[in-house]
Amino acid sequence: MSISIQSIRKTFGAYTALEDISLEVPNGSLTALLGPSGSGKTTLLRIVAGLDFADPGPGRIAFHDEDVSEISARKRGVGFVFQHYALFQHMTVAQNIAFGLSVLPAAQRPQKSEIRDRVLELLKLVRLEGLDKRRPHELSGGQRQRVALARALAIRPKVLLLDEPFGALDAQVRKDLRRWLRQFHDEIGLTTLFVTHDQEEALELSDQVVVMRNARIEQVGKPQNVYDHPRSPFVYEFLGNVNKLHEGKNVRYLRPHEIEVLFAAECNPATDLLARVHHLFSAGPIATLTVKLTDGQFLDVELSRKYLDELSLSIGDEVAVRLAEVTD
Amino acid sequence: MSKRRVIPGFGLSMGFTITYLSLIILIPLAALFLKAARLGAAEWWEILTSPRLIAAAKLTFGASAAAAAVSTVFGLLVTWVLVRYRFPGRRLLDAMVDLPFALPTAVAGITLTAIYAPNGWIGQYLEQWGIQAAYSPLGVFIALTFIGFPFVVRTLQPVMEDFGSEYEEAAATLGAGRWTIFWRVIFPMFIPALVTGFTLAFARAIGEYGSVIFISGNLPMQTEILPLLVVSKLEQFQYEAAAVIAAGMLIVSFVLLFFINLLQRRLNWQNR
Repeated sequence: MSISIQSIRKTFGAYTALEDISLEVPNGSLTALLGPSGSGKTTLLRIVAGLDFADPGPGRIAFHDEDVSEISARKRGVGFVFQHYALFQHMTVAQNIAFGLSVLPAAQRPQKSEIRDRVLELLKLVRLEGLDKRRPHELSGGQRQRVALARALAIRPKVLLLDEPFGALDAQVRKDLRRWLRQFHDEIGLTTLFVTHDQEEALELSDQVVVMRNARIEQVGKPQNVYDHPRSPFVYEFLGNVNKLHEGKNVRYLRPHEIEVLFAAECNPATDLLARVHHLFSAGPIATLTVKLTDGQFLDVELSRKYLDELSLSIGDEVAVRLAEVTD
Repeated sequence: MSKRRVIPGFGLSMGFTITYLSLIILIPLAALFLKAARLGAAEWWEILTSPRLIAAAKLTFGASAAAAAVSTVFGLLVTWVLVRYRFPGRRLLDAMVDLPFALPTAVAGITLTAIYAPNGWIGQYLEQWGIQAAYSPLGVFIALTFIGFPFVVRTLQPVMEDFGSEYEEAAATLGAGRWTIFWRVIFPMFIPALVTGFTLAFARAIGEYGSVIFISGNLPMQTEILPLLVVSKLEQFQYEAAAVIAAGMLIVSFVLLFFINLLQRRLNWQNR
């Protein structure tokens, strides 16, 4: 089910958390709300869930044409996974997952055996077979997160909302779960909106990235588009390493991989700048080189390890740097 | 060779702890039992099975349990109000919870008596309903409730403050109504703290003396509590008999608290 957000505004006293937000989340997509803390991304997610309500006004939230703006979280039918999972500590994994079904009014509640089957099916879906009798405190962070996911999916939600889904996990678990979640999403095809402050996570995982800043949406687009064509210096800087090159009064933004390094002898004065090697970092497949231009500015350059070896540079060597053409 | 430890001073602090516990708890208790041991088994039996003592024991343990139970229920309510809502005077109310800790128990007893006596502010209305509050077992219960109540609030408060709203929100997004959220999510998470609060209030009530003796009227067989019986034995210079009653109280209290602790371990989901 698609999510349509129109002209949402949210203030907490004098503080504006969201300023006239409009956004379309296409059916079946995996969309990332990306921004620094305080940008309003979590508030937006909570409003979509019905855990917070937008200021009175023209603002509307719709799930596939159905206006849900006034519907409470209880009746809205969203699956919400909290940053710290909020698993019920006194219940087993199976009881946690079954919770949403067991609190249905008696008339709609499935039979006990049906609930049991659904729980086992969900446990299989999130690859936690056999853990149904455990309690949350006996699970690892990654397992807890998947229990929370299974619990949210048990009610067959219209959309899935994840608040910083990997925020509380170790770096390695994080990477694994990220891949898993992408696969999982492709399998179940549920419209998913997730919040993150990690640009790498947003770019790698999502179909659509929504970059937020200071209660507004800065840019929306496919990860590649947003990365290659940032609409503002903020997006440029937020979405990865960037060099700021001052050319007179202008500032030019250049990604480290958009700069080429050549032997000083190959310098073409029309296009290239002379520089000296200031620092070398070459652990891993991609090497980073910091060069100091003749006017004293520094540039970070990324180049393949192999190419760096061919250049066989050492600190203090003179090189030529060729900057990528300005495309737009 | 002793094992190396990161935190220094184990020997010193452990030694201090033992010394301190000995001086404050172990030696006095040992002296109590030594004193009581001067009497033989037959005399123990005679003292501990006298009808007057049995009546006092029933009242002491019964009223203590009832008062602790009521304190637990209302403690939950008061803590909920203190933690969950923001209202003018909240800090004042919060500070007032501690008053039973600070107030001399005799003052509490006299005040409660004045209010609940048949001619007191509240007592006169209860009198119309045929309820005698002061100078009755009910009075003992009232005094013990007053004494035990802060223990429940202060045990539960930090637990409730740490209890994030996301559990309720999670339950709400899963379709649970307010009532279901309370009974199936919130309340079970507070049970271990509630049992601890109950235990503390109960233990405190068993030993309470100062406030009860004013409101109970101290009628033998009716409104006399065990600590009073101990004091009256002392006043009659029957030191050994007093020690026997005290030792009996200690043993029963210890057994009761021990079982409540066992129960609590079972209830605590962290240990299951």
